[in-house]
Amino acid sequence: MYSTDLRTDKEKKSADQQVLPTSSQNDAKLWDAFQKRIDKGDVIEAKDAMPEKYRATLLRQISQHAHSEIVGQLPEGNWVTRAPTLKRKLILLAKIQDEAGHGLYLYSAAETLGRSRDDMVADLLSGKAKYSTIFNYPAPCWADIGTIGWLVDGAAIVNQIPLCRCSYGPYARAMVRVCKEESFHQRQGYEIVTTLAQGTPEQKAMAQDSLNRFWWPSLMMFGPSDSASTHSSQNMKWKIKRHSNDVLRQRFIDATVPQAEILGLTIPDADLKWNEKRGSYDFGDIDWTEFWAVIKDGGLCGKDRIRARRAAAKDGVWVRAAAEAYVQKQSAKEQAA
Amino acid sequence: MTKNWHLYEVFIRSKNGLAHKHAGSVHAQDAETAVLSARDLYTRRGEASSLWIMKSADIIASDPGEVGELFDPADDKIYRHPTFYTVPDGVKNM
Repeated sequence: MYSTDLRTDKEKKSADQQVLPTSSQNDAKLWDAFQKRIDKGDVIEAKDAMPEKYRATLLRQISQHAHSEIVGQLPEGNWVTRAPTLKRKLILLAKIQDEAGHGLYLYSAAETLGRSRDDMVADLLSGKAKYSTIFNYPAPCWADIGTIGWLVDGAAIVNQIPLCRCSYGPYARAMVRVCKEESFHQRQGYEIVTTLAQGTPEQKAMAQDSLNRFWWPSLMMFGPSDSASTHSSQNMKWKIKRHSNDVLRQRFIDATVPQAEILGLTIPDADLKWNEKRGSYDFGDIDWTEFWAVIKDGGLCGKDRIRARRAAAKDGVWVRAAAEAYVQKQSAKEQAA
Repeated sequence: MTKNWHLYEVFIRSKNGLAHKHAGSVHAQDAETAVLSARDLYTRRGEASSLWIMKSADIIASDPGEVGELFDPADDKIYRHPTFYTVPDGVKNM
């Protein structure tokens, strides 16, 4: 997911070993008092005292979430000039603008934790920061734009709704805003897929092919099973996270399978079966080697995505320089008057 | 080019009759572009009838470390609440 911990075990370990410079890190009293506040349901606000690790975890998670929104514009941006109708083009533009907006809400929230936006963006451009693996998959046909809205935004909603109650106020508030807008994204995607599924046999085949390619990567968005992860349980204790990756993944599958059935599309999983006893779908094994490979080498599109973000930063230099020059000129004029 | 443009806080009045409420922040070089950015970022679905923008650096905030000193004294003045007082049975609408 956009907020899933994408660090390798090695990275997690080295972050844990890093001795944080503030004395508060070792201040057991502060930790206790902080945990008590969390347990009682208090919301933590930007200037409140907090353990350094809580701050670092949130910073990583929120900035990664922001980067995911920003990079998430790229596969869709590619289709703006190729959208089949003017209506679809307008909708797609609005959706992409929303994704930019989500990125900005989230950068704002992350900044309240004491890191500048320029630094966070620099981390994305240098390749140091991570973003959701899903955006490193190509979107070579129009049906993919539908599938991305339906599955990717659908998965994002499942993940983000509990984040609206995250213990960190600025993040939770940004999530409320994001969730409100996200349901439009999912519906417009499902509508595209519906139109194709009810169209010509070729169109239906296109929708099915797209579902085949995006189903498993969408399930991977929730991250590996975290039942054994100490980081995950700490995040639960701090109420940064409310449900395990597996619980959210199951929730997504249970909601999505009937949506595919209604359209006469087949989920590409031979082991997918309704389990009466659990009241949930059983599903096949996820190929986590693919997930870790995409994180490590960027998959099919990783290099392209970063190249596109770097080009955007470079192409925008003159715009920012002009804005700065304009302000300087205005203030010089005012002083002269 | 300078880094770290000014941070501006954005407040939205969703409709006349209601107070402005904090929505988030934007980076901008000046107030004029801050208003435009805030419009694009926070009011894409008719959320606003008015925007207030101010430099984040100009906000004067109480110290979260002094929450107790500042706000606890109100806790022991329960007589400031109407529920502190009993009213004889039969008295209505008070």
